[in-house]
Amino acid sequence: MLSRTAENLYWLARYVERAEYLARTIDATLRVTALPAAYVGKTNEWDSALLTAGVAASFYQHYAEANEQNVVEYLSFSPANPSSIRNCIEAARLNSRSVRTALTSEMWDTINSAWIELQQAWSRGTSTREDLAKFLRFVQETSLRFDGSAYRTMLRNDAYWFSRLGVHLERADNTARILDVKYHVLLPEEEHVGGPLDFYQWSSILRSVSALTAYHWVYRETLKPWLIADLLILNDTLPRSLASCYGNLVRNLDQIGVAYGRQGPAQRHARGVRNRLEHSNMNDIFQHGVHEFIQEFIADNSRLGEIITKQYLI
Amino acid sequence: MHIALARPLLPSRQVMHSRGNAWGEQSDSMAVAFDEMNGPGGDLRPAYRELARWLEETPAEALEYRRQEAELLFRRIGITFAVYGDAEAQERLIPFDVIPRIISAREWALLERGLKQRVRALNMFLRDIYHGREVLRAEIVPDDLIFQNPVFRPEMNGQQVPHDVYVHIAGIDIVRVDANDFIVLEDNARTPSGVSYMLENREIMMRLFPDLFARHRVAPVERYPDELLAALRSVAPQSASAEPTVALLTPGVYNSAYYEHSFLADKLGIELVEGRDLIVKNNEVFMRTTEGLKRVDVIYRRVDDDFLDPLTFRPDSALGVPGLMSAYAAGHVTLANAVGTGIADDKAIYSYMPEIVRFYLGEEPILKNVPTWRCREPKDLAYVLDHLGDLVVKEVHGSGGYGMLIGPAATKATIEAFREKLKREPEGFIAQPTLALSTCPTCTASGLAPRHVDLRPFVLTGSRQTTIVPGGLTRVALQEGSLVVNSSQGGGTKDTWILDE
Repeated sequence: MLSRTAENLYWLARYVERAEYLARTIDATLRVTALPAAYVGKTNEWDSALLTAGVAASFYQHYAEANEQNVVEYLSFSPANPSSIRNCIEAARLNSRSVRTALTSEMWDTINSAWIELQQAWSRGTSTREDLAKFLRFVQETSLRFDGSAYRTMLRNDAYWFSRLGVHLERADNTARILDVKYHVLLPEEEHVGGPLDFYQWSSILRSVSALTAYHWVYRETLKPWLIADLLILNDTLPRSLASCYGNLVRNLDQIGVAYGRQGPAQRHARGVRNRLEHSNMNDIFQHGVHEFIQEFIADNSRLGEIITKQYLI
Repeated sequence: MHIALARPLLPSRQVMHSRGNAWGEQSDSMAVAFDEMNGPGGDLRPAYRELARWLEETPAEALEYRRQEAELLFRRIGITFAVYGDAEAQERLIPFDVIPRIISAREWALLERGLKQRVRALNMFLRDIYHGREVLRAEIVPDDLIFQNPVFRPEMNGQQVPHDVYVHIAGIDIVRVDANDFIVLEDNARTPSGVSYMLENREIMMRLFPDLFARHRVAPVERYPDELLAALRSVAPQSASAEPTVALLTPGVYNSAYYEHSFLADKLGIELVEGRDLIVKNNEVFMRTTEGLKRVDVIYRRVDDDFLDPLTFRPDSALGVPGLMSAYAAGHVTLANAVGTGIADDKAIYSYMPEIVRFYLGEEPILKNVPTWRCREPKDLAYVLDHLGDLVVKEVHGSGGYGMLIGPAATKATIEAFREKLKREPEGFIAQPTLALSTCPTCTASGLAPRHVDLRPFVLTGSRQTTIVPGGLTRVALQEGSLVVNSSQGGGTKDTWILDE
């Protein structure tokens, strides 16, 4: 397939995944900030939201204060924020238009309808909590529909695999970012006094990666930071864990390699990252430092993006 | 874009601007426009019998409801076009009128023969212009019309194109003024567009009006993509493999016809490429793929000549492919349509088409031309200057409706100013009479009413044959009293039914 087509599919999937993640982040932050201050402590949750979205620096060029109104506006609709939900969906649609021949009509319909709906939501505004909740749900449903229609309608060929690469690379990045911002609340218990405060922080982390219910199914325990980190980093049954994302990245890259009859640096690099995750345990990670581990992972992950681009997309 | 006549009942005169062809208003002596459903004298024409019955049975609300449904479908599929310089409406829908335009099998048979004849002559003319130039030696067409024409491409002199096909895809604009004749308004031999509307209009009509289809035998149009692909593959260069690779070259997502480009690439199952996806090496064209470079044999290009290759044509073109023309000259890639076809659909050449048909084919032209006065000829110029108030005068190389005079709608001052221009540079102009374009029943705010239409059938030429899918794009001027059928100015489209009898 054309390199440009592959590139568009890859980015299209990333934008949709990112839009969903932003919607989840806003959702989870709204929940936590709705709690009485005694339960959440003094950290500004809206600041954390900006940090996990990776747009804190640019935010402060436009706003003085990270409060609900400003952050929600910046993350969802602001044209000034290149990765606002709105810009993600617009970029996704533009990418879709450029590769319409590689999309099934169901996928195009999902993105195009979302874009039409977005124009309406944007002009209506989200002045009430109810409007906002509806909007966030719509964004998440768009991503579900998009993923679902890709899964159910696309031919299983390179077009599908490149779009999956986008999904998993972006997803790994998002999960890693939230860990990076929140790692301090996950530090081992002896260094940190667990209380109601932490409980809500923990559940908020899980919510933003839609893993709260999953946690209980996997561990059948109350929330414990050690296990939350285990779930999000190493548990390959959780679709948003780093291990699961890398399992998928390796698999999709292998399929491309087989189809093209050639392996390359992208396959090697992805396997390397996956092997490191497979051979890690939480003990080592905490010994080594969660923060350092996550930082390394984020760097490795973005390196994979660069390698894929160089090997296939240009 | 065409301008149709004001209907005589309309009190006000409207000025119409047009890109290509313009038809001023009818003079008072002219008859009412021919209506394709209710013929002269209001007699229902046979092809429309079932439709008329169906319209009687169908309540107006039901029509309106389905019209809205059609619009929703178009928007969701994303069949939009861009209007340049209009940021508000970067993606607009072309209004779709749900009342089909119907043409009988007998009428179509005549039109089809005429179109094939015309396109055969266009191809022979182009072959001749870029080779022996017998048509010039026989003084059928004056030399300077060719050699001083900006769309003449000296690069094509002596260049062999596979099977001597220059115009693989032609869109011939047809109008009617009565029940007998089809008149060619314009030949489009460069990169004619609109075929996606022919196909999508049909899809949507079949979805919305299954009952109406059941009552007619409508010839299908869905073979078009297959026939187009077959035609394109048949003209692959000799150096291509047995399975030639075809790609569609688009200027990109911001082009006004981008939807059509992606639609066709999808239907044909070929890559939709932009200039930056292609690279020329050793006079062969390759596309950049995830598996490395892959050779391209036939390019269905929807990029104008000027932008194809910055090394040969406009050096500032970012849409083209450096070196493409040298690969073309080496015969390693086929461009469809060929480079330099503009010389055949030029407004000045248009007036010579009847002679061109006779010269190459020894046949009388089946399709008529609009009578055209060539101001370059003193006798014609004298006539035109005497009748400026009744004629449409067009610049030979003009487009966008600029530099055009619509006599019946113009003020005295405008006419006088034009007279001076004409005298100064008569060879730059042609003139045509105003014409009463036919009408078809169309949904309007106040119910069904006649609106002026034209028709663009698409004619495909491959190595062995010329084919035409039975149908075409009918454009309709939605505003009362005529106007322009062009989509950028409020024109709409209709499904065109050729009845299979």
